[in-house]
Amino acid sequence: MDLELMINSFPKLLNASVITLKLLSLSLFFGLFIGLLFAVMRMSKNFILNKFSYGYSYLFRGTPLLVQIFIIYFGFGQIEFIRDSFLWIILKEPYWCAIIAFALNTGAYTSEILRSAFQTIKKGYIEAGKSLGISSKIIFYKIQIPIAIRQSLPAYGNEIILMLKGTSLASTVTLMDLTGVAKYIISTTFKPIEVFIVAGSIYLFMTFIVHNLIKFLERKYNY
Amino acid sequence: MELLAFGDTGWGDELFYATLMTIAVSITAMLIGFLFALIFTPLKLSKYKLLNLIGNFYTTVIRGVPELLVIYLFFFGGSGAIMFVASMFGYYEYIEINAFITGSFAIGIISGAYSTEVFRGAIQSIDKGQFEAAKVLGIKKYIQFYKIILPQMLRLAIPNLSNVWQITLKDTSLISVTGLVEIMRQSYIAAGSTRDPLFFYSFAAVLYLLLTFLSMKLINRLEIKYSRGF
Repeated sequence: MDLELMINSFPKLLNASVITLKLLSLSLFFGLFIGLLFAVMRMSKNFILNKFSYGYSYLFRGTPLLVQIFIIYFGFGQIEFIRDSFLWIILKEPYWCAIIAFALNTGAYTSEILRSAFQTIKKGYIEAGKSLGISSKIIFYKIQIPIAIRQSLPAYGNEIILMLKGTSLASTVTLMDLTGVAKYIISTTFKPIEVFIVAGSIYLFMTFIVHNLIKFLERKYNY
Repeated sequence: MELLAFGDTGWGDELFYATLMTIAVSITAMLIGFLFALIFTPLKLSKYKLLNLIGNFYTTVIRGVPELLVIYLFFFGGSGAIMFVASMFGYYEYIEINAFITGSFAIGIISGAYSTEVFRGAIQSIDKGQFEAAKVLGIKKYIQFYKIILPQMLRLAIPNLSNVWQITLKDTSLISVTGLVEIMRQSYIAAGSTRDPLFFYSFAAVLYLLLTFLSMKLINRLEIKYSRGF
């Protein structure tokens, strides 16, 4: 056990986890909107919207995240008109490519979580709202969304942790996130166990915080 | 389409073998995972605090740390660990373990953590009366497990195990970083030499979709088989 290496690598890894957290928060932020959009589409009676949303979530949940990142980072750069358009400013950066891939991926999972949450809302709530003469728009925002958020909290907590682990794939497109720096230290020192313990502990600490945050929110919004 | 031709001109046969490799790694990893689950599920359900702690440590650490980090640990640390064990038996030559074994072991340990949770949940949701009835009838412990608990447990576990299978199948894409030629690695090689990454990575996505689709069909059949009578 090389304690000195563990102590020396700790600040470097901690520094790298800032990028991990940035990737996580940005992709969750965009992913939530994508998820909500597709969940609403999935519940609509329009056949095309419904099937499109189904196909989207099937596609992103059925393929590995690594493939998705590679298609966006390596694949899209090959298309001529993307390289000529304003999109290239974003798509040439591995950072944004990773965020786009993560957001689309977590969006697919989030849409499934939200959809099942919306479906478990008792019909009586909506009917009660309707019979009180509340418009369906307000029923959606003031009744359905708050209940759905509460219902989906435990599953969404799992999704956040899965996404936290997913951000490690950013290291495959040259980003130096926590896993990227850990791999760099391992390959220069050949001390995998020590680095694994330090990097793993940082990841576990982050999952621990997410886990407790979700538990706290669950208690707060208990009804 | 000529990019996918079989033989020397295209990448069809290479990708076909790569797909077989992905299936082989997934199945091996899943089986190794079952072995780990077989060890750790009893630990998690044990009455003793210390055994509980070991079981919980395994599932918490593996499920809380990125898969890629676990793979790097095995990839860089695997042969070192084997050589250390071998040196205790007086063997000091350099040992290199092949990527297939390292990869399926790394993925197997990850898959095992998920399987452990599934089995634990399934056993816990079996009615206590079943255990008590078996005890009252004087049935031996292992017969009780094989004939009474296991069949009921499988029925409850299969839907969740199918999720574990999907996770395992998708995780195998990560061992491409170790150089094992499975779908992802083969696509990477093909994309590099033809300069057509979009096509090959999209094709890889299609292959994975096909695998998940077919395995879902198969698992659904199993599910029907094991839920007969319910």
